[in-house]
Amino acid sequence: MAARAIWKGVISMPGVSVPVKVFSARNDRSVHFRLLHETDKVPVKQELVDPETDEVVPYDEVQRGFTTDDGDVVVLTGEELEELEPEASRDIDVVAFLPPGEIDHRWYSRPYYLGPDGKPDEYWALVHALENTEEEGLARWTMRKKEYVGALRLHRGYPMLITLRNAADIIPLEAIELPEGPQLDERELAMAHQLIGMLEASFDPGGFRDEYRDRVLELVERKAQGEEAPAAPKRRKPKKTDDLSEALQASLERIRA
Amino acid sequence: MPKSRGKRKREEQPAVRRPRPFWSGLIAFGLVSIPVNLYPASRTSRHTLRMLGPDGHPLTRRYFCPEEGKELTRDEIVRGYEVAEGRFVLVSDDELEALEPEKSQEIDLKRFVPLGEIDPAYFERPYFLAPAKGAAKAYRLLARAMEEGERAGVATVVMRGKEYLIAIIGEGGLLRAQVLRFEEELRSPEEIGLPEPAQADTKRIQAIRAAVGELTQEQLDSGWLVDREQERLVQLVERKLSSGEGVVASAAAAAQEDEEEAAPFVDLMQLLKESLQGEGISDEGAPQDDTALERQSRADLYEMARELDIPGRSSMNKDQLLEALRRRR
Repeated sequence: MAARAIWKGVISMPGVSVPVKVFSARNDRSVHFRLLHETDKVPVKQELVDPETDEVVPYDEVQRGFTTDDGDVVVLTGEELEELEPEASRDIDVVAFLPPGEIDHRWYSRPYYLGPDGKPDEYWALVHALENTEEEGLARWTMRKKEYVGALRLHRGYPMLITLRNAADIIPLEAIELPEGPQLDERELAMAHQLIGMLEASFDPGGFRDEYRDRVLELVERKAQGEEAPAAPKRRKPKKTDDLSEALQASLERIRA
Repeated sequence: MPKSRGKRKREEQPAVRRPRPFWSGLIAFGLVSIPVNLYPASRTSRHTLRMLGPDGHPLTRRYFCPEEGKELTRDEIVRGYEVAEGRFVLVSDDELEALEPEKSQEIDLKRFVPLGEIDPAYFERPYFLAPAKGAAKAYRLLARAMEEGERAGVATVVMRGKEYLIAIIGEGGLLRAQVLRFEEELRSPEEIGLPEPAQADTKRIQAIRAAVGELTQEQLDSGWLVDREQERLVQLVERKLSSGEGVVASAAAAAQEDEEEAAPFVDLMQLLKESLQGEGISDEGAPQDDTALERQSRADLYEMARELDIPGRSSMNKDQLLEALRRRR
């Protein structure tokens, strides 16, 4: 069955406006558990409690507060929060096109497909225009009262918006100490290159499977039929890194054999 | 993890809070084993709004049995998988742990792919890898060789009760780990039901190409990636702070509440979230907290419920939708 759009917008750039339907490209495959009360196996209920009085506070009496770095709590009224909401708009404003690599891998967050919403000629003209460009678009839009910045590109021949993280949400490279040491051994580096070359493959995401998820579902199935869970397998002890050159040499030989 | 930090810390950089490792294990590169620590490379910088009671006290979440109406402690709560309406199979931590692969502490790099081949739609969440003690030499060698060869190592690994597909990338002398979506976690255009490709008018294609050309810039202006909503929120708070209006708790009082927040219930929730719901790497920015949810209209909630395929959604009122959406977290 075809998916249903989560939002409708208009891709806008100077002299161009393409109405589109927005579809989530993600497929939730996580195994969802519920929290149960152990004795009666009833799903638990979450309540908000005032820890000072131990009293349950109903949701409609809850206020929002902002905690400052100094620890002060500032109460914000519903009206004030509404005023902060961005203005509703259908525009997906394309503000720039950037050379490949300008958008850092770490910024990419959630992908959405764009499908035509009327004006199919404009939609396909956009697709064909993007087909012949290496550049990625940078777009801004407001969806469900939240502002987004995203990359506009093609995925499997269809336009896609991938939301981008805010700059402040990315931890700078400087957070990790750069490992230091003497200059790397040229021979070892050559062997490392050789090993990588021998293990070269095309990126084929379909070649990997979430086997752990399969095993969790199998376990649940077996238990539902009253079977026992299997015994835990033994963990293998990790090997120690011995002499780096020797290990590289042995790896190369093993693959060649 | 190494204690001596700050060798490369730059004076002009704001103090970076050292993140906790999300995972520690080994990278296997042929027969070379490299002990590493994995750190998140993203965070939620936004100030999240806290829920307060009518008298301004920060609230905490607790769990109750709806049948008996009593509050439950951590020991009284178990994890269950719903196999049929109202019928649950209990699953313990030990049972889940037993399902982990033999080599769960290892990222075995058996495939190296051209870096440019990985479509950004697969990128889910970024991490850094830092060498554990004594591993610097092999780590530097792998980072350098991958960076020079513009190759990424791709492998699966089980971390904290979930299997991840990851790409390991050498950059600036460091190894980054990029968690990727599995193929089945990304829908295809066919699944969405997007129409078959069609031709378009050459003149229109050229006109759009011209517009693209005009918008082309050499560099990304990082100003686009500033969180404007957050800025507006902080401005509002500053206005209120300077007028003293609505300020309810002193620093000392808030610190005390923080301890309350850290009570076992929060730990338990975290534990359960981390174990299998995949929350450990859930995308930030989605309307995740209850605050954001409650501000949505019924129509918006319904749309979210539809996206999550929640059964019976069309007959639910706003409260029921809220409840159902919360349960799916």
